[in-house]
Amino acid sequence: MDGKTTLTSIKPYRRVPEGSQPPSLYEPYHSTTKRAPLKPLILLPHTLSEITGPIYGHEKMGEKDNDLTAQHEGEPLGERIIVSGRVFDSNGRPVPNALIEIWQANSAGRYRHAKDQHPAPLDPNFTGAGRTLTDQNGAYRFITIKPGAYPWLNHYNAWRPAHIHFSVFGNAFISRLVTQMYFPGDSLFPYDPIFQSIPDENARERLISKFDLETTQPQWAKGFVFDIVLRGPEATPFET
Amino acid sequence: MKPDMDLVPTSSQTVGPFFHSELTTDEHCVRCIAGPNAKGERAWITFRVLDADGAPVDDAMLEIWQADAQGKYNHPDDPHFGTSDEDWIGFGRLATGEDGSCVLETIKPGCIRHNSIQAPHLTVAVFARGMLKQLYTRVYFAGDVTNEEDPILSLVPADRRDTLMAKPDSVRPRYWRFDVRLQGEQETVFFDV
Repeated sequence: MDGKTTLTSIKPYRRVPEGSQPPSLYEPYHSTTKRAPLKPLILLPHTLSEITGPIYGHEKMGEKDNDLTAQHEGEPLGERIIVSGRVFDSNGRPVPNALIEIWQANSAGRYRHAKDQHPAPLDPNFTGAGRTLTDQNGAYRFITIKPGAYPWLNHYNAWRPAHIHFSVFGNAFISRLVTQMYFPGDSLFPYDPIFQSIPDENARERLISKFDLETTQPQWAKGFVFDIVLRGPEATPFET
Repeated sequence: MKPDMDLVPTSSQTVGPFFHSELTTDEHCVRCIAGPNAKGERAWITFRVLDADGAPVDDAMLEIWQADAQGKYNHPDDPHFGTSDEDWIGFGRLATGEDGSCVLETIKPGCIRHNSIQAPHLTVAVFARGMLKQLYTRVYFAGDVTNEEDPILSLVPADRRDTLMAKPDSVRPRYWRFDVRLQGEQETVFFDV
């Protein structure tokens, strides 16, 4: 036995509070019914395989990757916005160097994707994909345009509230997060089963970004703030 | 927000059907997680993602996290950090095609030695439209003698362990098959992490 490794104990990650995450099966979102496991999940004590994780994508960062309005010859149509915020772990510590990837529909509610059949125009000046790294304070910033709402086939007259998809890497493979950021005051919230799948109302509300005058730039773009919390390790009483 | 607070992690939402333009472009996919000089036995794993009816899930994304041939993770929280294989990548990201499948090129990992000895395995996170949050599973290698002693496999009911085993391809040497069955009689074991 290697004494050095046996003495190092695993610091498990904190489990998520009840109701703060959506269930796998949520019948109003019909596609979950055939894609959600029905057998019990096995409770996994954390090992090195869970508490470690990748450092990925850092070398692939381009200069315009966090400005979705500057990736083509002209400017995209729509309402220019600045989306910024900070990434914390569940102990309130900023997460630096976290890779954030986003993707979204254009201002008409159309994705640049072969499977999007919504009869709304594509914008030749908008791809709708971006990425960035958080700085030493866990802060990030994107410039983009406000996405449009779009129809989908889940139920009669179904429309998704305007949203930006976020993908975030934390320190551990189990702190990985994929989510969606919404905009304040959207009248589609009560009808959207994806948004409504989160049981806890406060957790749900935290997916709605806040309009922010501080980050709004006069004569140029409105600012929206969206802070993100990733799972962090259990705190130990000896830690300072 | 101040340090040592008790914050609730942000809720997950589905990756949806339109993630390919960012997450799985040719540039951002990682289909081979072992550099050309990585030590160990090279292995190709064909994943297939299937729904409750056994129909292929053609819009899933798989992310893979794996230790090198010596069982070391390239991460500061691994006590062996800094000594893992220089040509080892360890993180993979793939999108399933029309038949619900994708192929990962890797090397067979070593046992993870830390407090206990874990049999060679890969950790897999599954994302897709119709999945409100990712599911985690593990890929072990059928026939590996260390599987018998693996502390995590021992937590899984004996009659379900087989769903966590990659099977050798009968035709192509060094190729393995692993089906991710999201629901049904042969539903894959998923872990509450």
